[in-house]
Amino acid sequence: MSRSIAVLVAGVAAVVMVLSKFIVPMESAETTVAEWFNAAAAIAFVLGGASLLKMNLLTISARGPGWGYAAVTLVAFLATLGVGLFKVGVPPSAAFPDHRMGGTPDAEGGALWWIYEYLMSPITGTLFAMLAFYVASAAFRAFRAKNAAAIFLLVTAFVVLLGRTYAGVFVTSWIPDDVPWVSWLRLENLSAVIMSVFTTAGTRAMIIGIAIGVAATGIKIMIGLDRSYLGAGAGGGNG
Amino acid sequence: MSQFPGTSGTPGAPGMPADPAVARRANRLMIAVLAVIAALLVVRAWVGTEVGSGADAQVVHGYGMVFVEQQGAGHVQVPAAEWAQAVAADPAQQRVMVSWPRTVGVWAAALLTLAVLSFLWRDNPVYKLAESVVVGVSAGYVMSTAVWSSLVNQVFGKLAPGLTKAYLSPGLTTTESDWWALVPLGLGMLLLCRLSARLSWVGMFPLAFVVGVFSGWRFVQYVESDLLAQVATMFDPLYVAGPTAAATVGGTLCAVLVLVGVLTVLAYFFFSLEHKGPVGGAARIGVWYLMITFGASFGFTVMGRIALLAARCEFLFDDWLWLIDPAGKH
Repeated sequence: MSRSIAVLVAGVAAVVMVLSKFIVPMESAETTVAEWFNAAAAIAFVLGGASLLKMNLLTISARGPGWGYAAVTLVAFLATLGVGLFKVGVPPSAAFPDHRMGGTPDAEGGALWWIYEYLMSPITGTLFAMLAFYVASAAFRAFRAKNAAAIFLLVTAFVVLLGRTYAGVFVTSWIPDDVPWVSWLRLENLSAVIMSVFTTAGTRAMIIGIAIGVAATGIKIMIGLDRSYLGAGAGGGNG
Repeated sequence: MSQFPGTSGTPGAPGMPADPAVARRANRLMIAVLAVIAALLVVRAWVGTEVGSGADAQVVHGYGMVFVEQQGAGHVQVPAAEWAQAVAADPAQQRVMVSWPRTVGVWAAALLTLAVLSFLWRDNPVYKLAESVVVGVSAGYVMSTAVWSSLVNQVFGKLAPGLTKAYLSPGLTTTESDWWALVPLGLGMLLLCRLSARLSWVGMFPLAFVVGVFSGWRFVQYVESDLLAQVATMFDPLYVAGPTAAATVGGTLCAVLVLVGVLTVLAYFFFSLEHKGPVGGAARIGVWYLMITFGASFGFTVMGRIALLAARCEFLFDDWLWLIDPAGKH
């Protein structure tokens, strides 16, 4: 019974969002429901935070492997949450210079801004930067020019990489840029042609496919065929 | 049980040589390299870095120092040369000064950057420490900004506008209570029931609401801006007139190639017909288009990562060590 009600709630919410696009008086309903969604999603973050606390506290209390790291995570989480919620060090806004809570929590000069600028951003930036090494090493091991499709992939990657660097421009700089029928052979122009023709076509077809997939999933949720979000025993992904 | 596993560098662990002697030699070599780099940095700090030019030149003994100037209610970062100029004009000036929180921040960022990069050597406790910090900090950051942007303004601000305006958000424009805001608050409270094993079933209602709203929202967005907009571009003219014959031929050829590409890739993704005969031929051409797309995406991804790596190196050598100055910060 409770699952049926949950499916009904999801279906009605989805239909209201779709109908509000087509029925003018319902436009305000879309805004209201979107605000409810944002608020509920914000409380979902509280759920995530509570889950993080619970998991790390369990690891620390059980002295499980890596409990020191769990303690570091916990301290970092609580400290960031504390300075963010209490707007520690946030300079007052120009509009309300006498109000301590006038500025935004991540305003420049505040503690949350400091944490983002000097802790979060450098670590995440370096983690993504490090992927350059792993992507290159994985590509070196995995890419083999075994058939036409693989050759297309390799050559395109090579041309796009070279065409966006000074080295690539230099390599084909001997090809005249002002002769219409051959200038596209310069690596920087060839790279541009690949992006504007072949990649556009491939990406466009994939976007169309993804949009059809999203629309189909939406319809399945609206009519209650897809209940996978309710968890196991709810009728499975395909109803 | 060790609170920081991996501190002993167990031989045979992933990334470690199997032979203990080789592992010890590798460790000693790494420590020696780090010691030499540290010694060079200490020597350079002792010698100092000259900032400013001419009569305004000043020597700074340290790295990563950030100078700020009071502007309005806060401070704004200024080049070190500006500090040198201000000190040369008035040694007792207080207008441009060192920002110790930002300087400590540059050091913290530099050490954390090196900690993450140390993973290239092998998994180690310093890397794990940085990883733990980023997990905690990210969760705290996302949660606190969500509370301020959604809960305070859209829930508390509507339920108790007077109190919220007085104590939390002076810029709030709402003046009257809107009790409909109890709905998302109630949904959120029900969502928290998922933390309890006995009451977790109650959490499925707000979850269903969130899923329903999101799917309806996305349905309209994707159909309108992706499906219809992308299909509409396929009805553009295939003949593209240009200023020259070559431009006309080139533009027309490109338009035809794009149309052929979209249709053949869609043929590849169409599984209701067996990929044989003309459909099979079209699907094969579609695969070639897809491979070119993936190759370009791969090239772009690598370029993006390398650009990020260059930015991190620039931070280390420019902001922290002051060895380069491409943006004129010093």
